[in-house]
Amino acid sequence: MYLAKIYVTYKPSILDPQGEVIKSALKRMDYADIQQVAQGKYFEVKLNAKDVDTASSEVKSFTEALLINQNTETYRFDLSLVEDEVEA
Amino acid sequence: MKAAVISFPGSNCDFDMLYALKDFGIDVQIVFAKENNLDEFDAIFLPGGFSYGDYLRTGAIARFSPIMSAVTKAANEGKLIVGVCNGFQILTEAGLLPGQLLVNKNPGFICEEVPLKVVNNNTNFSNAYSLNETIMIPIAHGEGNYFADDEVLTELENNHQVVFRYGNNPNGSLNDIAGIMNEKGNVFGMMPHPERAVEKVTGNIDGQNFFKSILSGILNQA
Repeated sequence: MYLAKIYVTYKPSILDPQGEVIKSALKRMDYADIQQVAQGKYFEVKLNAKDVDTASSEVKSFTEALLINQNTETYRFDLSLVEDEVEA
Repeated sequence: MKAAVISFPGSNCDFDMLYALKDFGIDVQIVFAKENNLDEFDAIFLPGGFSYGDYLRTGAIARFSPIMSAVTKAANEGKLIVGVCNGFQILTEAGLLPGQLLVNKNPGFICEEVPLKVVNNNTNFSNAYSLNETIMIPIAHGEGNYFADDEVLTELENNHQVVFRYGNNPNGSLNDIAGIMNEKGNVFGMMPHPERAVEKVTGNIDGQNFFKSILSGILNQA
C-alpha cells in the first residue's frame, strides 16, 4: 500500500487572505522577522497500487479532479510504501 | 413552467428560494441531491447554504453529487440554471460558470445589505431592472471573493456576461463582480440573495425584479 502526502497551496499570483491575517497576527506577537505566511491544505491518502508509477498517476488524477481547484491552487506530493494495516 | 430547487445536504436557503418562487406563482418543488433526473423541469435553482459542510472547498463536494449530472444536462439543453450564494459556488466548481469564489479579502462572514449595480439588463435574470439601476440585496457569505484569471475576466467583460456588480465591493471580488452568466446566457450565478428581498415585511423588495426577469424569460421562450 502507498501513502500519498499531498500539499495544496495557492498559486503565487493568488492573494491568500488567511495567510495575510496570520502574518499580521504573528507580527503583533513580536515575531518581527516573519516575511511571508501561506496557508494551504494537507492530505494523507492511502491507496493500493501495483507499483509506484500507477500510484503516482492515480494521485495526480484524483488531486486534480477533486482536491484542488486549478483556477487558484497548485500541489505537490510525496509517495511512500507503507505496510498494510492489520484488519481488526 | 416547472421549476426545481435542489436541496443538497447542508443547503439552508432551499425553502427561502421555494417560497420566493411560489410567491411569483411558479410551479416549483424541492428535488434532492441524490436524485438524477430533471427532465420534467424548465428551470433549476441551486440555493444557498453549506452543501456537504462545504468541506474541502465551497461547492467542491456538491459538484459530484448525483443531481449535478442532471443539472449539467439541463444546462446543455439550454434550460435556465440559477445558483445563488452556495449555488453559485457549486456552478463554478462544476465548470458551468467560469472562475472561483475565494475566501473574502478580509476573512470572515459578512451578513448585510449591499448596493448592486445592474450592468447588463439584457439577460434572462435582469430584464425587469433598468440598466445601471442600483438595488439593495442582502449578502451572507464567507467565500464570495470572485476570482478568474485575466483571460477569463476579459472574456466575461467582452461578452457582457457580468450582470451585477457591487457598488461598494465587500469581499474583494475582481472587477466588483457579484453575478455572472455563461456565454450562452442560460446559466447564472450570484453571491447576493434576491430570494431574501421579495416581501415588504422583510423591508426590502429589490429582489422581486430578479424573479420577474426569470419569469418573463421563460414566458418568451415558450
